[in-house]
Amino acid sequence: MAQSSALPAEQYNYDIVRKFTIAAMVWAVIGMSVGVYIACELAWPFLNFDIPALTFGRLRPVHTTLVIFGFGGSALFATSYYIVQRTSQARLAFPWVAEFTFWGWTGGVALGAITYMLGLSQGKEYAEFEWPLDIAITLVWVCYFAVYVETLRRRSQPHIYVANWFFLAFIVAVALLHIFNNLAAPVSLTKSYSLFPGVQDAMVQWWYGHNAVGFFLTAAFLGMMYYFVPKQAGRPVYSYRLSIIHFWALIFLYMWAGGHHLHWTSLPDWVSTLAATFSILLLMPSWGGMINGIMTLSGAWDKLRSDPIMLFLITSLSFYGMSTFEGPLMSLKSVNALSHYTDWTIGHVHSGALGWVALISFGSFYHLMPRLYDTRMYSQTLIYVHFWLATIGIVLYITSLWVAGIGQGLMLRSFDDYGNLAYTFIETVEFMHTPYIWRALGGAFFVSGTLVMVYNMVMTVRAARHEQAAIEAKLAAKLAKA
Amino acid sequence: MRHEQIETNSGLMLLLILLVISIGGLVEIVPLFYINETVEKVDGIRPYTPLEIRGRDIYIREGCYLCHSQQIRPFRDEWLRYGHYSLAAESQYDHPFQWGSKRTGPDLARVGGKYSNQWHVQHLVTPRSVVPQSIMPNYPWLLNTDLDYSDVADRMRALRATGVPYSVTQQEYDANVKKFGKTVADQLDITQATDNLLKQARDQDFDGIPSRITEMEALVAYLQMLGTLVDFTKYDEGYFTTFR
Repeated sequence: MAQSSALPAEQYNYDIVRKFTIAAMVWAVIGMSVGVYIACELAWPFLNFDIPALTFGRLRPVHTTLVIFGFGGSALFATSYYIVQRTSQARLAFPWVAEFTFWGWTGGVALGAITYMLGLSQGKEYAEFEWPLDIAITLVWVCYFAVYVETLRRRSQPHIYVANWFFLAFIVAVALLHIFNNLAAPVSLTKSYSLFPGVQDAMVQWWYGHNAVGFFLTAAFLGMMYYFVPKQAGRPVYSYRLSIIHFWALIFLYMWAGGHHLHWTSLPDWVSTLAATFSILLLMPSWGGMINGIMTLSGAWDKLRSDPIMLFLITSLSFYGMSTFEGPLMSLKSVNALSHYTDWTIGHVHSGALGWVALISFGSFYHLMPRLYDTRMYSQTLIYVHFWLATIGIVLYITSLWVAGIGQGLMLRSFDDYGNLAYTFIETVEFMHTPYIWRALGGAFFVSGTLVMVYNMVMTVRAARHEQAAIEAKLAAKLAKA
Repeated sequence: MRHEQIETNSGLMLLLILLVISIGGLVEIVPLFYINETVEKVDGIRPYTPLEIRGRDIYIREGCYLCHSQQIRPFRDEWLRYGHYSLAAESQYDHPFQWGSKRTGPDLARVGGKYSNQWHVQHLVTPRSVVPQSIMPNYPWLLNTDLDYSDVADRMRALRATGVPYSVTQQEYDANVKKFGKTVADQLDITQATDNLLKQARDQDFDGIPSRITEMEALVAYLQMLGTLVDFTKYDEGYFTTFR
């Protein structure tokens, strides 16, 4: 399916897309491996080795930052730069600024991981970067915004394609969230204190935290979906009207939902109740996106049998549908009373992060690679192998954490016949040992799939180089004859 | 307005996106700063002492919040396990909040006074020597590392900038005496920060090593005051529910 002419590679800036694609895969391997390592630490605590930089508390932000911002972020930069050029039929604006976004983002993520291991942290989940890095990231983000919007403005057709709406909302929302949640009073270059106190800080943090999911890990990946699913299926988006409705509903409703992370806490009930209400409403636009994506394949369902890339894309949408059903369920106060503070939440996040975010990215990259390097993927079989390793990994992961989370939740709230607590806390920790091993195994499956993909990509690029060299040699021979 | 007008105009689209995503936060967050009932009126809450601040910094540095919550919910099992549910007032001087989102280990909101200093030291150095099934990492370096308290006054000044009533001027000190009493007001005096830290460490010797002030000293000082400030016998249950 290689593009027939070399023209797009000259017309568009593919260099930056290649860079971010490679960076995304590097972060995926490192970030997910750290994830498996800390999962093993929970099962076998000797793995902390009494080395500060390797303890769970310091490595956990390394894992979350590398997979969300490193892998997810780079995948979004890569695909959004590709999509905005292709759908606008315009070359990327400000090439040097775009180049800066690559080095700035990659450097920022790397420095973040190193500083966490050194013990520098703001102490807010998914926002652990200390303030100088926060400012650097803001700068990169402003540049990203400028490149993206200016490229859109140079589009050669009147309409802005739907994928770009989602990327625009993502860029604007993430800027807003990042800036407000990270307001802090600095002590020195390496230490600061959040500007907001206690309950207000909690609400700002989860307004940020939930919308990091809503915009970084959802809206933007829907943008990815809206380009690569129709492209790979060779069919138009199922419903234009649905895409309008679910886009505006999604970005409006998401911003209200963060308070459901704070049910039954010192946050006033009116906020968390309101947040839960919007979380339930959110099911509709979420499923709107899933339906629009999956139904795009209607009339071409046979592709699921013949095209492994389609398998990635459609499975990711199925996981998206599943986790956006589970989310509203867990936002109900009665369910949350059991699920909160347990591994059920971690399992839920991973059904979204592995099932939706990672699978849609992998599918998109498999579509992208041949076009970026003007060749074919090295091995179709290995794409299938990757798909099954990943899928088995996700299923192991989420089912073991359902067992761990729901099990712990039930144990903690059970009483004996005399009204005493039936279990001590440490008994629940003991109970979770076995599910934790299965979880680590699930993660290992997933990482091994990612390694298969990396191998496939490396071989593809090598093959492309050989082809290129062969063509050039032929050309040179012809010229010599003439 | 037809959607065509929006999707052919990037400026208009950006503006509408900004408008649509701003509403949720404006409605849910801004009022929290203005509604007086958000934080309960309750006696006994005070900002942290210099030694406790350093302990809290270490708590954040090691990422304790990733496995331990500091937020007890109003359920019977949590009441029996941890004590009275957490009040917003109890974290009103917390920058950042440390409520947490996951209990791989137990809640720590009221861990203060539950165990002896000696237990904490041994538990932090080798958790499995006191709780065999524990999966917590060992933290031996806390006991080997001397506490750096050279910039504790700077830290208090930064916290003061966020609104915590640490005092610099005589006027601020007097206001603190009136609000918290003299003993607490002395601890909140930034000009006395280092002396206060040294004195608390010497007097209470949390790490069990009288000759040294280690990071363990600060962390245990922090853990031992968590959740101990409010005397719940002074209030009946109905009082706190009026704030929810």
